[in-house]
Amino acid sequence: MTASSLVLVPVFLPLVVGALSAVLSRRAAATLTVVAAAVTLVTAVLLGIAVLESGPVPLEVAGWAPPVGILLAADGLSVVMIGLSAVAVLAAALVAAADDHFAGGHAFWPLVGAAAAAVNGVFVARDVFTAFVLLELLTIASVALVALGGARSAAAALRYLFVAVTGSLFFLLAVALTYGHTGTVDLARAAERADDTVIVGAIIALTVVGMAAKTALFPLHSWLPVAHPAAPTAVSALLSALVIKASIVILWRVIEYLGPHTDIAAPLATVVGIAGAAAVLWGGILALRRDRLKSIIAYSTVAQVGYMVLLIPLVFAASDPQVAWVGGILITVAHGVAKAAMFLAAGALASAAGTSQLDGLEGTISRMPWTVAAIGLAGVSLAGLPPTLGFVGKWMLVQASLDAGAWWWLALLLGGGLLTFAYTARMVKATFNPPGDFSRARELTRPARTVTIVPLALAAVSVVLGVIPWLLIEVLSAAPMGGGA
Amino acid sequence: MTTLQLFLYAGAFILVLGVVATMLVRDLIRRLIALNVASGGVMLLLLALADRGDGEPDPVPQALVLTGIVVMAAVTGIAIVLARRVERLDDDLEEVEP
Amino acid sequence: MNDDTVTVMSALPVVLLLTSFVPALLIFALREKQTVLRTTLNLAGAIAKVVLVLVLIPRVVAGEELRTEFTWIPGLDIVFVTDTFSLFFVALSAGLWLATTIYAVGYLEGSPNRSRFFGFFSLCVTATVGIALAGNLLTFLIFFELLTLVTYPLVAHRGTRAALRGARIYLAYTLSGGVALLLGVAWLTFEVGPVEFRAGGIPEVAEFAARDPLAATVIGAVLLLGVGVKAALFPLHGWLPIAMVAPAPVSALLHAVAVVKAGAFGIIRIVEDVYGLALFAELGMLQVLAVVASVTIVYGSVRALAQDDLKKRLAYSTVSQVSYIALGAALLSPIATAGAIVHMVNQGFMKITLFFCAGLFAEELKLSKISQLAGVGRRMPVTSAAFTVAALGMIGLPPFAGFISKWALGLGGLDAGQPWVIAVLLTSTILNAAYFLPIIATIWTSPRSEADGSDDDAFPAPARRSGWEAPASLLMPAVATALFVVLFGVAAGWDYSPWVLAQIVGEGAWP
Repeated sequence: MTASSLVLVPVFLPLVVGALSAVLSRRAAATLTVVAAAVTLVTAVLLGIAVLESGPVPLEVAGWAPPVGILLAADGLSVVMIGLSAVAVLAAALVAAADDHFAGGHAFWPLVGAAAAAVNGVFVARDVFTAFVLLELLTIASVALVALGGARSAAAALRYLFVAVTGSLFFLLAVALTYGHTGTVDLARAAERADDTVIVGAIIALTVVGMAAKTALFPLHSWLPVAHPAAPTAVSALLSALVIKASIVILWRVIEYLGPHTDIAAPLATVVGIAGAAAVLWGGILALRRDRLKSIIAYSTVAQVGYMVLLIPLVFAASDPQVAWVGGILITVAHGVAKAAMFLAAGALASAAGTSQLDGLEGTISRMPWTVAAIGLAGVSLAGLPPTLGFVGKWMLVQASLDAGAWWWLALLLGGGLLTFAYTARMVKATFNPPGDFSRARELTRPARTVTIVPLALAAVSVVLGVIPWLLIEVLSAAPMGGGA
Repeated sequence: MTTLQLFLYAGAFILVLGVVATMLVRDLIRRLIALNVASGGVMLLLLALADRGDGEPDPVPQALVLTGIVVMAAVTGIAIVLARRVERLDDDLEEVEP
Repeated sequence: MNDDTVTVMSALPVVLLLTSFVPALLIFALREKQTVLRTTLNLAGAIAKVVLVLVLIPRVVAGEELRTEFTWIPGLDIVFVTDTFSLFFVALSAGLWLATTIYAVGYLEGSPNRSRFFGFFSLCVTATVGIALAGNLLTFLIFFELLTLVTYPLVAHRGTRAALRGARIYLAYTLSGGVALLLGVAWLTFEVGPVEFRAGGIPEVAEFAARDPLAATVIGAVLLLGVGVKAALFPLHGWLPIAMVAPAPVSALLHAVAVVKAGAFGIIRIVEDVYGLALFAELGMLQVLAVVASVTIVYGSVRALAQDDLKKRLAYSTVSQVSYIALGAALLSPIATAGAIVHMVNQGFMKITLFFCAGLFAEELKLSKISQLAGVGRRMPVTSAAFTVAALGMIGLPPFAGFISKWALGLGGLDAGQPWVIAVLLTSTILNAAYFLPIIATIWTSPRSEADGSDDDAFPAPARRSGWEAPASLLMPAVATALFVVLFGVAAGWDYSPWVLAQIVGEGAWP
């Protein structure tokens, strides 16, 4: 099996498993999903090795070359994101398998398969049309996943649907413009043929708006703090950790290829950066004021999305854009791992305590110390403190800001972590016992062991990667962004 | 103006109309219809791009349109189910507090 | 570090870290009731660390330097080195950790959440040793921030509103300092490449300062700001008295070993091994540091006078005393540098003794205010004796350890052509006397008693079979550290005494 054919595995394996899950029993579906996620992880590692040796791994589907056929390619970004996807699905599946309450019903398994396939497909897509189709699949699956949270979540899911589909329409327009102007939907070829700065700028702007809606970038974010808490625990974890990454990757790709071909790119990048800064502040401040565990974590995601788009203005302003790209990607991965850990742990806490209101969580730390530790450690990674992966990403973005002389982004990077730490500390503090009084703790039932171990393992992963990040960076640099396909 | 330009402007106009309506209208079913209208606008634009002057129309944008229609059908299906759930609960859509 | 040091690649620095890291992880997994296992792990780790340090000291003094490095991101490594200065700090940490562990086991007996406490306790020492062994600014930064994170649960341990509030303020200060430190380290690394400590200063930094003196000065100021919070330089000291809500072993550790010393260590590293004394003086930063340190010295002593709570008085005393180290580092004289470095050890041992005794008074007799200590010397003579020894050392009386540091600093001030330093030292000594002597007097003199009965009625008799005034696990560490206070003063001339080692390091800073 050559490296090229491996590219299809992360896309089709979850799809097949998802289809099978619809007809199999819950246990079989869970087992298959976990196995598929593990296989995807192994595939990501193998692809990573291939990328390290010889650069991006292309695959022309069914042997047809573009512009007629579809080109998929796994570069450093693809490999790292597929790895993240595998880890997130693995974690969510394990927790969902342990307790169906966390999954929201049997429909969870086929929907997760579809979502994973779509997300992985987006990571290896190289043309905007394939990206569009896969994003639509992802949106539909995600909306349905949110609706698994019971009757009350229908409204939240519907709100998500309206915003996401509106975003899709804008993106479809961008696809149309791309084809209309360059005669191809393949990004690399379109970049070669693009020569009208206004149209290319319009394409990028439309993509920005469309992807901002899907990623919940300020000011199009208001659906997320409603949808993510309404969903079942395992779904929230996947939504925050994985689903919003797909649209961000598309945004990065479009900017990577088409950005150099328009003068509007740099000012547009600044606008995006400002939206990101607003997201960081808005999300952080609101997270401090909310009283429900999952709401705080959802607003935290809103804030973190701000960091993920922050690399865009830095890429344009820095003399060495690679540092900005790698730093931003690492922050995104760190966020994915940490958010999955946080939502899974929070779900466990809320389930044991019977409520997700902060003042109802008193005493949980004595009964479930490892779960609370996972939240704390995840928060440390989100705040960008050593020795976690979040710190590595932050360090590199700081270096890029210094390179670009961008003092305002620098201040945001340095100060934003304090907000993150503040709301993490607030969550942890809520679980403390009143001094000397352990009566509440004794009433609680501990969840299944898997549910305790998985978030902690995720948090441990972000620490390990924080101490030894060089391998990830090598992979990302072996097929650098902006260096062409 | 040429037919092509007419389609382009009409498409853009309908898109904007649909998007604005989606954002401002309160009733769920009407919102859904507005979304479909918006997608119709995009389809119109795409079809206008398929015009290659004389000769056969360009099949790629037509394929895009077909895909878009299928997607909107699926989306509308899900949206209707969800809307029914919401109405059954007698909740107001916008008052789902975080 | 002279030019004929031999650098050997070795994993021993990492082993030093592991001696407290591994026990920490194991202890977290223990159940509350597994006291024996927990204590064994604690002591085993502490003793192993001390033994390793003792083995390493002669080798390092003879000129051998151990080094571990591995890639963090391409182009930037995590580096550990055991040069004389780093081993100096590790030795201090290891020795005092052992004493505090024994003390803490006794102090916290029967209290809840001990596994959590000792887990973070061990992590705290791991972080401190990591700071000591750091070979470049990046590694230093990583462990410095880690120290902040793992000391928070210790300060908040009791879980009361006061404890949580104190911990929150502590965190606010130290995290903000961390932001400044990150900015400084990232910026300097950006301009100059990986900033590896080199005694006497790094040539690339000197070149950078020649190119862009304004930026170099700003970075220097930001770096000092970053470490200055932990070092409790005025006006960044506010967290220290508030963090007194922590249990006594934590106060002892924070104030003698871990946090404040890490800050002071950082100051010395930045001034001497990154910029170099000459460059720092050229940029004008040295003078600024000297002034800030002096202000802190006097301010801390003045505030100490006003406190009636014993731990708060000791806290302000720490604020003042740690700035002796900063002051020594800010003077252009090898004797001053040596004085600063030796004061790290001396102040460490003296302060920890004082905190141990304060904890003993609180645990045994529930005394926390100085006014309550009247006549306690009769009831708890050993504790009071230890306290007296340490207090006299803090004032600077020979033959105790504190005298050596003050004398060295004074000489250094003259040597550097800054005689005003002597005035600062004298003022501080007088103030120290003013707030320590009354305590000593109160302890040893009996209160005026109306009734005919003996003063023992004022305090309940000890309730243990051994007849000792307090549990041995609390008493022994206090006595041991007090003995060292005497030893370091009296035996200052011995080959491996802190004073001699400090001089070696001080000389090394002048290439």
